[in-house]
Amino acid sequence: MDKVWDYAPAPESRDIANLKPSYRMFVDGQFVEGSGEPLKSINPGTEEVLAEVSTASGADVDKAVKAARRAYDRVWGKMPGAERAKYIFRIARLMQERGRELAVLESLDNGKPIKESRDVDVPTAASHFFYHAGWADKLGYAGLGPDPRPLGVAGQVIPWNFPLLMAAWKIAPALACGNTVVLKPAETTPLTALVLAEICQQADLPPGVVNILPGAGDVGAAVVNHPDVNKVAFTGSTEVGKIIQSSLAGTGKKLTLELGGKAANIVFDDAPLDQAVEGIVNGIFFNQGHVCCAGSRLLVQESIAEELLEKLRYRVSTLRVGDPLDKNTDIGAINSAEQLARIRELTEAGDAEGADRWTSSCPLPDKGFYFAPTVFSNVHQAMRIVREEIFGPVLSVLTFRTPDEAVAKANNTPYGLSAGIWTDKGSRILWMAQRLRAGVVWANTFNRFDPTAPFGGYQESGFGREGGRAGLEGYLNV
Amino acid sequence: MSDNRVTVAKTYKLYVGGAFPRSESGRSYQVTDHKGGFLANAAQASRKDARDAVSAARKAFPGWSGATAYNRGQVLYRVAELMEGRREQFVAEVAGAEGVAIKRAQSIVDAAIDRWVWYAGWTDKIATVLGAANPVAGPYFCFTVPEPTGVVAVLAPQDSSLLGLVSVLAPVIATGSTCVVVSSQERPLPAITLSEVLATSDVPGGVVNMLTGRTTELAPWLASHADVNALDLTGSPDSLRADLERAASGTVKRVLRAGGDQDWARQPDIGRLRAYLEAKTVWHPMGV
Repeated sequence: MDKVWDYAPAPESRDIANLKPSYRMFVDGQFVEGSGEPLKSINPGTEEVLAEVSTASGADVDKAVKAARRAYDRVWGKMPGAERAKYIFRIARLMQERGRELAVLESLDNGKPIKESRDVDVPTAASHFFYHAGWADKLGYAGLGPDPRPLGVAGQVIPWNFPLLMAAWKIAPALACGNTVVLKPAETTPLTALVLAEICQQADLPPGVVNILPGAGDVGAAVVNHPDVNKVAFTGSTEVGKIIQSSLAGTGKKLTLELGGKAANIVFDDAPLDQAVEGIVNGIFFNQGHVCCAGSRLLVQESIAEELLEKLRYRVSTLRVGDPLDKNTDIGAINSAEQLARIRELTEAGDAEGADRWTSSCPLPDKGFYFAPTVFSNVHQAMRIVREEIFGPVLSVLTFRTPDEAVAKANNTPYGLSAGIWTDKGSRILWMAQRLRAGVVWANTFNRFDPTAPFGGYQESGFGREGGRAGLEGYLNV
Repeated sequence: MSDNRVTVAKTYKLYVGGAFPRSESGRSYQVTDHKGGFLANAAQASRKDARDAVSAARKAFPGWSGATAYNRGQVLYRVAELMEGRREQFVAEVAGAEGVAIKRAQSIVDAAIDRWVWYAGWTDKIATVLGAANPVAGPYFCFTVPEPTGVVAVLAPQDSSLLGLVSVLAPVIATGSTCVVVSSQERPLPAITLSEVLATSDVPGGVVNMLTGRTTELAPWLASHADVNALDLTGSPDSLRADLERAASGTVKRVLRAGGDQDWARQPDIGRLRAYLEAKTVWHPMGV
């Protein structure tokens, strides 16, 4: 490939993150030492230890739930919505004020490129608080009945791919609807949630309304199974989602699940190809492919498959993989050694099953967890790389001839989170959108998120929605 | 006609895929009135019947969910029309099944007919009420529409053999889902007569599949069936509920945990319509 442009390093300063050597859990308005085994959060871009983080034990979970219950009974549950709203607005503003710090910290802890944490994660997280704040005193207008009531204490467990954004998606609607929260961030990415806890302090949020408990899966299990939790919200793998749904059977706790996906990104022969290529790249390589709604199955109309693939490979070969803090980086670090191993295992299965692997020849850093963008062609629908969620920068390419065939192949999955359509024909977009069994359909775009737009899955991608009026239902007794 | 004419008794069978088969198992069970008098032998559906019913419901889903809301509304209204014509038969069966006086049975049947009319009117309004145009911060037209969940397994109330049944069935099909219903175990006859109404109205075969038999035998197969999208626990015995929820988690089913002891005569809200709806959000760019 001819070099079209040379990039000098443009690193963001890590000092902006105000990284501390140790972080503690947040319970009842205070940062306190947890009695679980402390964990070390690693910078996946360098494999260096960032900070030591105290984790919760079973007794700590109980304390946090009790604090949340007290805060619900005495303060938050009966506070007028208009007053609740002002606290949530404050949080949104404080997040914006500390946006740059949060973005750098997020990239350090998660490995995502700074341009994504800066331009997507942090501003969208703040906008979720801003949006939901306004609902707090308008819930009667949500169309869910004349007097929607809060549920009580919400136990929330979130993943490592969008640590701060997922915390916002969970906490903002819970608070707006009058619930209090015990949230467990992911084991590998607890830091920004704990800065969010600091922001809650700065906002003077009453103690116990938000509690943040770092830890591994056992802490999450203790949170969701605590008998005094009224609502459980989980974002993560379908496998764990099923375990949670099963463990909650018979308890009457309200549950929403936002689980895995294997989205089809469908390109018709009349699509503007250069634009489609950008969308395909965004669909699968955004956030290293650590996106539940990633467009991981590319369905191309047969007549343009070769031309499109050639353009796509060229474009992918120009993506810069490396230092997450470099403002020019397109693809950052894989979040953990475990995830890197899983991506390798699944791509090796693709080789073994006979798919053709193409890998970008981009240089990778010597240290840190990195995986070069990879495109599999000559795949068929029974292969593991087509059926299973890889959660990495790996695209599988299938072809189709007719719109009906595209629909059939797109829907041939137990998942149903998202889908993409690329075509110049408006009527075809709407025809396709109606038939795709997915909770979010992007036409001539991909991976767009907004607090006003409900997000969530069909089938084994989960149930319940986040965002919009539909997202309130999961946090209200209606 | 002589007074001592021998009447022609009806054989009560299952309703699957628009046909009335006996159970493939060849089993039947005695249905009695509230005093223990013999009413009929009902088919005792098996696991295989349940699976056939799920297949029929899945096959009917694309057509039914793809029908216009106006069309579905007229079809539901037609069910009410045909029930009105069979009113006396339903009254007799409800009186027999539930042991209520004729007057009470009449009011139950009237309420059941009216319930179809109520849900018929919802088919082309629910998207207006639950859908949205989302004011996203960017150059996109973004809208959210409710869509039917798919195949729903319904455990109908055990006590309210007709009004309860209609109250749990109509909201499922109003929005375009299809279903497999396990009728009241001890009071199944009104359910089969309702199936005859469905078969002769314009409800396409397979949209509603009616099984009679043992709830505890059939429910676990439906709860764990991979091609069932949602489960209504209304008619489940309490002892089975947690187990069924656990089985349903295997394929992340939507579970409606409603109890069976409800006042079915009360005007419903849209909770049951919402229970079987997915929200689909579509993003479309704006530009020139």
